[in-house]
Amino acid sequence: MSLPEGVQRRSFDGQESLATRGPQVSEEPIVDGWRRWDPDRSKVGAMFEHGLDHGLDGGERVLYLGAASGTTASHVADFAGPTYAVEFAPRPTRDLIEVAADRERLFPLLKDARKPETYAHVVEPVEVVIQDVATRGQAEVALANRQFLERDGRLLMAIKARSEDVTADPEAVFEDVCETLESSYEILDRARLEPYHDDHLGLIATPRQ
Amino acid sequence: MTTDTGWFEGVDPDDLDARDAIENGTAESPAAWPDRAVESGFAEDEDDYYDKLREATIETAREAVAERERADDQQLVHAVRAMDDCERTANELAERVAEWGGSRISETGGGVAFAREIADREPDSDLDEQLRALAEQVVSLDERATELRTSIERFAPEVAPNLASMAGPVLAARLIALSGGLKQLARSTSGTVQVLGAEDALFAHLRGNAPSPKHGVIYTHEYVRGTDPDHRGSAARALAGKLTLAARVDYYSGERRPELEAELDDRIETIRTRGESE
Repeated sequence: MSLPEGVQRRSFDGQESLATRGPQVSEEPIVDGWRRWDPDRSKVGAMFEHGLDHGLDGGERVLYLGAASGTTASHVADFAGPTYAVEFAPRPTRDLIEVAADRERLFPLLKDARKPETYAHVVEPVEVVIQDVATRGQAEVALANRQFLERDGRLLMAIKARSEDVTADPEAVFEDVCETLESSYEILDRARLEPYHDDHLGLIATPRQ
Repeated sequence: MTTDTGWFEGVDPDDLDARDAIENGTAESPAAWPDRAVESGFAEDEDDYYDKLREATIETAREAVAERERADDQQLVHAVRAMDDCERTANELAERVAEWGGSRISETGGGVAFAREIADREPDSDLDEQLRALAEQVVSLDERATELRTSIERFAPEVAPNLASMAGPVLAARLIALSGGLKQLARSTSGTVQVLGAEDALFAHLRGNAPSPKHGVIYTHEYVRGTDPDHRGSAARALAGKLTLAARVDYYSGERRPELEAELDDRIETIRTRGESE
């Protein structure tokens, strides 16, 4: 699987790892200007490691739902175009703001991803939606935000089984979520994100026309 | 074509006071806002639009986060005060139950445990039922206090991670409550934090009729209570100093700084060893 432009496999202390070029965010190692992208701390990183058919070239406009403290959003903003980062909780948003302040085209929005009408006046149509929200109703969030995706756009979604139902079998949860998604998305690829993230499914989809 | 308006309409491009527009604005669907902003003259070109959007979103998020977190510290203040009210009222009512209960049954006892016993008894008269119901209220208030404590333990680390870790969540909440908020606590001097909760003793001292208090509510911390009385003043001063720093880090940056705690551990160790060697 090819990586988007701006993402490379680089050597860190003799170990191959994904990397992007940009200002440092936490304590991640940097070699020759390339920051290590740790798949254990990033679901998108884990999707790339698993070779999911992401279809990204680099430079795309991105809407990132559930940006948290901005670890993954920082890497995405390093290789993508203008990146809108939505996060609902104040504490992680404070870190996200610092990540955004070091970058030219990462826009932090303290908003609820379940209410797209509260940010549709700021966010333009995008080529990529990345979703990593750990709330119940993850499929509904993806459906509500479909309107931001351009015709051939891609949804990169990390589904956390335990957010839907802690007791249910993860596979059953994933089936449920996928079934709901298929009403308006065509699922192109999917894979469990172990060993990087337990009970998570990575999924690539495109809007149904 | 949508008739929605973008965040920038009505915003002065030279001033960018856009918080209200970004926070409270809505649209039914997204649109090519960069193009529209250029067409309407808000921005010279796409790059200029993104520069303005960047400034506006970062500034808005900063202010909104600060405001939301301030609101959170007030929730913590309410919770810890409610917990104290529940505990105090439970104890007061438990005394009444013990006194009354002792006059009706042969067993005697006190506190919430005794109230729990009474609450479980089968009443055999109207007055007995009154007593039993009162005892039940004591038990229920006590349970409420326990649940409030559990919530505080979960919530305080979100509001003030460093302070909660160093002081323990409940003491952290008390310090915030006594100062009136995290912001006020962050702006307090270490000397003030040391005697928070000992205001009566402090004012008696200032009037000249008492020695200065060595500690207020931070007395409940193991580092004060567990230190030999001769060195408690030093321990309280050291603890108050680090708690003040923790509150400042929590208010102004919010990042975890475990080294603050390590420094405090070392300092207390030194104070206590000094005690032993004398």
